[in-house]
Parts: sequence; C-alpha cells; structure tokens
Amino acid sequence: MVRTKQDDAFEKNVARTILASMQTPAVGEAGNTGEWRTMRPILHNDLCIVVKSGKPTCHLCWMYCPEITVSREIPPVFNYTYCKGCGICATECPTKAIEMVPEKEAPSCEGNEGGEF
Amino acid sequence: MPERKVITGNHAAAYACKSAGVEVVAAYPITPQSPVVEKISEFVESGELPNTQFVCVESEQSAISAVIAASQMGCRVFTASSANGLAYMYELLCWAAGSRLPIVMCIATRALGAPWSVWTDHQDAFSVRDVGFMQQFVESNQETYDTVLMSYRVAEDPRVYLPAFVSYDGYILSHTTMSVQIEDDDKVREFLPPLKHHLNLTDFDNVHSVNPVTPPGLTIRPEGNTPGYYEFRYSMQKAHEYSIEIVEEVAKEFGEKFGRYYGNGIYKSYQADDAEVLIFAVASVASESRGVVDTLRNEGLKVGLISLKLYRPFPIEHLRKAFSKAKLVVVFDRDVGYGVEGILCAELKTALYAAENRPKIRGFVVGLGGRDITADQLIGGVKLAVQEQEIPEVEKNTHVEFIGVHLEELGFKKEEF
Amino acid sequence: MVLKVSEIPEEEMMLSGTRLCSGCGLQLAYRWALKALGPKTIVTNPASCSTVCGGVGGYTPLKVPVFYCCFETVAANAAGAAAALKAKGQDKDIVVLAWAGDGGTYDIGFQGLSGASERGDNFIFACVNNQAYMNTGIQRSGATPYGAKTTTTPILGKQQMNKNMLKIMEAHGLSYIAQTSTSHPRDIYEKFQKAREFNGKGVRYIEILGTCPPGWGFPTDKSIELARLAVQTGYWPLLERIEGKLVISSPSKRYMDKTKRKDIREFLKGQSRFRHLKEADFKIWEDYIDGMWEGIRLELEKQGDL
Repeated sequence: MVRTKQDDAFEKNVARTILASMQTPAVGEAGNTGEWRTMRPILHNDLCIVVKSGKPTCHLCWMYCPEITVSREIPPVFNYTYCKGCGICATECPTKAIEMVPEKEAPSCEGNEGGEF
Repeated sequence: MPERKVITGNHAAAYACKSAGVEVVAAYPITPQSPVVEKISEFVESGELPNTQFVCVESEQSAISAVIAASQMGCRVFTASSANGLAYMYELLCWAAGSRLPIVMCIATRALGAPWSVWTDHQDAFSVRDVGFMQQFVESNQETYDTVLMSYRVAEDPRVYLPAFVSYDGYILSHTTMSVQIEDDDKVREFLPPLKHHLNLTDFDNVHSVNPVTPPGLTIRPEGNTPGYYEFRYSMQKAHEYSIEIVEEVAKEFGEKFGRYYGNGIYKSYQADDAEVLIFAVASVASESRGVVDTLRNEGLKVGLISLKLYRPFPIEHLRKAFSKAKLVVVFDRDVGYGVEGILCAELKTALYAAENRPKIRGFVVGLGGRDITADQLIGGVKLAVQEQEIPEVEKNTHVEFIGVHLEELGFKKEEF
Repeated sequence: MVLKVSEIPEEEMMLSGTRLCSGCGLQLAYRWALKALGPKTIVTNPASCSTVCGGVGGYTPLKVPVFYCCFETVAANAAGAAAALKAKGQDKDIVVLAWAGDGGTYDIGFQGLSGASERGDNFIFACVNNQAYMNTGIQRSGATPYGAKTTTTPILGKQQMNKNMLKIMEAHGLSYIAQTSTSHPRDIYEKFQKAREFNGKGVRYIEILGTCPPGWGFPTDKSIELARLAVQTGYWPLLERIEGKLVISSPSKRYMDKTKRKDIREFLKGQSRFRHLKEADFKIWEDYIDGMWEGIRLELEKQGDL
C-alpha cells in the first residue's frame, strides 16, 4: 500500500498519545481473587470479641489480613470477592471465632458476596 | 548579555546545562567526561545554579537512574558519560527511552575496553544506537553548546518525548579550548521554555504508577483498555520517525534566533553540491575531512563532504537526497560493527538500497582508540576508492579495510605468505 | 504504649485483589508501611514480588504513585526523586519510599544503597526480607539464612550465614535504622511513621521479615505465626537504632533473657526449607542467636541502658 498523509497523521497521533506505560488504581487488579479460595472463613459472632463487647478492641482479623478483605466493622465482614482463603484470620483469632470451611461445604453467605469497602 | 568564552567541549556542555536551567544533574566522573561533572558541581556550589540539585552519585548506573527518577517527577535533567561508563548505563538507557523521558545526555566519546583506552573513537556512541535515544554528533564546542539546547527543545516537544544524546569527541573536543558564545538566559528561555512533561508523579490529584510489568497483550478492563508492550514500542519507533522533521524545524528556529546554523540540522555539507565523490563521516572524522576536501579539490578531484549530525533517528530520506548525484561515497568509520563492517557504512548502504541513483560505497575504518587520523590517510583512502571504483572484485569485497594499522613495525611481513 | 485500633487510620493505600500469593507476608508489610506513610508517598520499586503486587498492565492495587525501576537501581532512583522534590520545594510534604526485596537490598542493589546512605539522600529505604529471590523462583540470596534450602541450594541447603545488613547500615551512620516483622503490624506502622519524622536526615533504613509460604514451605495460615516465632525465639529482634543509639522495641525486650526465648526448633521445624537440618545445625542457629543477643547486651550496657 502506498502511504498517504492520513497514515502520517494517524501515526503521529499514536506517537504523541501512547507514551510511558502507566497504571491507575483499581480494585481487583488480578481479577476476583476470591476464586482462588478453597477454604472460606466464617465468623461465629458468639465467639467474636468485638461482637461480644460491642467495642472496636481486637480486630486482629482486620489487622492481619494481607488482602484487606476483612472490614473493621462490628461484626467484621469478609469480602469474599477477593478473600484468597489463606486462613491467617482464623489462625490468629484469639477466641477461635473464625472457622475455615471448605468452599463446597460453605453455607451461602448472602449479603457478604462481593462488594468493596 | 551573551558572553564569549574560550572553553573546552566539556565546559561547553556544562554551560549548556546552565543555560538550559536544568533542575537535577547526576553524573559520575570518567575520563574524558569528568570536567563536565566538575564544572556543574562548581556552578551548583558557587550558587550560579541556585535551583539545581546535583546528586554526586557513586556510579554511572546510579547517575542515569537518578536522572530517570527526577525526570519522572517532572524535572529537566542532565547527565554525561563516556565508554565504559556509558556501557554500564545500558540497561537504564533503554529504561529512559522506554518511558519516553526527555533526558539529554552528553557522550564524550572514548574507545571501549578491553584493552583499556581513554582516547577517542565512536564505538561507545554507536554501541547505544538501539536503546531508543535520539543522537547527534558535533564538530565544535559551540556546536556542543548549541546542540544540547536544541536537543532539549526537541526531546521535550510533545510530538517527540524522546531522550537524546549529544556526542562529542573525547580530547579532540572535550579537552580542547575554542571560542564559544554563551547565550543570554532570557533569550535561551524564549527558545527553550520550562519543561512541560507528560509525566509528573508529584501530581497527587492524578495518581499513576509508571513502568509496571506490561504484558504482551492489551489490558482489557471495563474502566478502559490499556496498551501492551508492543504498542509502546510501536509508538516509540513512530516518535523517532516523525522527530526528524522536528529536529530540522528546531535547528531552523535556533539559527534564526541565535544566528548559527549547522547545515539543515540533519547533516552539514561541504563542497557537496557538484561533488562526484562524497566523504561520509561524523564528528572528528568529518572535521578532519574538511581539509581533505580542499586538498583534493586543488588537485582537481570533485570531492565533497556530508558530515552527519543527526545519527538517530537515521535520516534516510535526507541521505538519499544528499547522495543522489554522487557517483562514489567514501565512508570513514571511527568504529567497527564487529563481524560486519563500519557501522556508519553499513547503515548508509541500508539507507541507499532503495535510492534511485545508488552510488558506489567504499568504507574504511580509521583511528580506533585515539590513533591519529591524518589528512594523508584520508586522502589516500579517497584516492584509492576513486582509482578502484570500476573494479567489480573490489566492490564485492567483504573484508573490512583499516587505514593506519601499523603491522610492519611489529614484524609482520606480507611477502612471507 | 500499644496503639489502639481506633488510633490507626482506616484508610488503606492498597486495594484488594492483588496478584500476590495467598498468605503473603510481604503484602501485609506493604499494606502497613503505606498506611503509616499515607497518601503523599512516592514509591520506587525494583524487580521483586512487590512488582507483582503492583499489577501487570494498566491497573494497580496501589493508591500511591509507584515508579518501577531496574533491579539494582532502587536507591539511586529514590535519590533522584528526593533531589527532584528538593528542586521543586516539595521535599517537606512528600516522602520517597524505596521499597525493595532482599535481593534489591543485600545483593544487586547494595552499591546504590551504600552510595545514597553515605551521601545522605533524603528517603526511606525499606527491605522486605523474605530471605531469598522469591520472585524468580526461590534462589538463594545474601539474606538467606544458614541451612535454608533454595532452588540454588537444593540439596545441602545454604552453607553460609546471611549478611548482617543491620550492622552494615549502622556502619553508614544512618539517622534511623529499624527492624520489624510482619507479625507486628503496629510495630511496622509506628516505625514507618518514625522514619517519616526523620525527614531531611538522610536515608532511613527499615528491614521487615516477610514470610513467604511457597518459598519457606509452610501452610498459608501460618504466615503470621512463623513471623512471630522468629521474634519469640529471639532470632528476629524488633529494634531501632536512633541516631546511633540502640533501642530494643518492647515486644522483643523480654528476649534479652535467654530463658524467655522459645526454642529455635519451633521456628525452623515449621518450614520445609529447614526440614533437613540436624542437631548440629540447630546448634549453629542457637549460637548465632546467642551471639547476637550478647552483642546487643554489651552495647546496651555501654550505652548505660542496662
């Protein structure tokens, strides 16, 4: 194909528009990482220190979650869209209020599915 | 007020930084570039460059890294190096170009070790031809000063955004004093306004990260698709292609403003209009060739010179035009593409392959590692090429010819074989 | 004084859904370091697992600007960024964080770090030490401890000790040096805040023990437990060196007393990289820990803090 002025104009526009490789912040950069999960954390409210005291005291599950998928609310809420199911929260919970349940046996957690915070 | 100073090429580069009002400089000393670093340190410590930060780094790798970082903060930056120092920067040179940072850097050319050499040739500058920088060669200290300013202007042009090298010969220019006009800061500012960078990580209203792992394919997301590595590299090549006209445009504007022209900004021709034989060279080799042209003209040979200024991007169209009337081109390379031939020669052959009137091209390697290039050697090369231009075997030769290699003195005798 | 949960800002500088492995210690450290430094932070990051954390392509979980750089250049990049901020008069309100792994700190990145430290360039250098080149597939590094199996010490385990990076950084005369662990997010938070307060006083160096489930060989849920055991066995003391003066952080103070330290076997036996170690190897570890604490004791005594 013989090049035209249109080719020049088009390519010049690309050259001045696509510059450095840039990123913008976005949740779920790696997709819904909750899909990696084989075990699901379930909170037993009756054992949870913050639920029982009604005060923002413990929150170790929030503190230790690498993926930021446990909220600092009362009661703590899991973000199952992104929770990878590492089980740190369950292991670190001082009152063993979090139980890791195999995904296929996990009770449906309506209201907890997805969402961002 | 403009000021005329008798200074070395290294100091000319430092004065150009000063005139350009660079904000961050990081450089590491290496012979023959060291006086650039020293002079800029002096400007900073004396308060002559009150708004410039000089990072006195511990290596060339850190020098280029620091200026890459500072450029990403939106600053006008400068560094310089030579030979092994430049080679040590290699990875980061690719990084600077790949991020389209308008960094300007000087190369005081020097032969690459081993064996150690501190003397000039162009191997170092040519060895970074593919990193993605623009590159210009110069022939005088004034040209160094002027080309640094022009390079900033081109590099920072939103149609370009590419880093640029300005290469001047070690010792021959770096340590030789010449008269240089240092222009008035305000006038330079009119020509080179403050940098408007496409990147500024200090802009917290618009947070971005830069240069992440970028996949072969596009990133497809509902928020918008983003380019893959391939698109970035396509764009970089296109920026190079269309920057040639910007270089020419800027050189013209520079000439109109400051009264100094370097050919068309792409190459400088000398006695080329009616020349049947054209010498093709860069930098010190081109300077030396000017006298050679005069001598041969006096002997009745129609010789001229094309001194290439813009080496990257390689100005193919300009060269096709420049060589359209010549019958013979003699290329003097102060470098070797090892295993092929002189780099300039090979590239000129590529450029002229599709030219309508393709001249014969004869290449010679000269002056590696600072070996003196004498007028007689160049005259001999041109004459030999002229005498042998009709011999098909010579034209088909694939062995690289070196001029000025002294082997007989070392006991090598051709007649023994 | 233990920081109350309510005193810690809820705002995160990292978003969920990263590429890092499940149970990654590095990610927790990154989360807390950025939380402590806040939004006006510019990060530079060389090749490392953190680069993976930053995402592939046009989107990132990180809410602060990060500029990625070559493996060996993080400190020089930070130096350049700091110089640029100074040139622009923004060095008081923006903090530069060089965030590297142990390879980018102990090994390939060391020259730049040493140079910047000597010059007193104004930034925080954090080393997340997961004790091997995890991102390239668990090869040994200068930070890999004695005996650890890696993919380049696959049969015998590493035969050398790790470099003593804290001593090396101490020798550079830094204003602030700290060691912390992913088991103590509050400690990470406080140390990064303190490093920020030392703005203008050259390089501040913080090293964080970053547990790595695939690299060390332990179940993902044990990530914090192992980091804590490293502290409780006395192997990884939480400490600071403020203007040259050594301060043992409160969680580690009690381990000055050898009898309070847990058996190092508890830490080692929880990881498959140490599974082949024998009694003689445990002795080497014990001697290492005892020797370290003896050095600490002598120094505190000399300072008049004992």
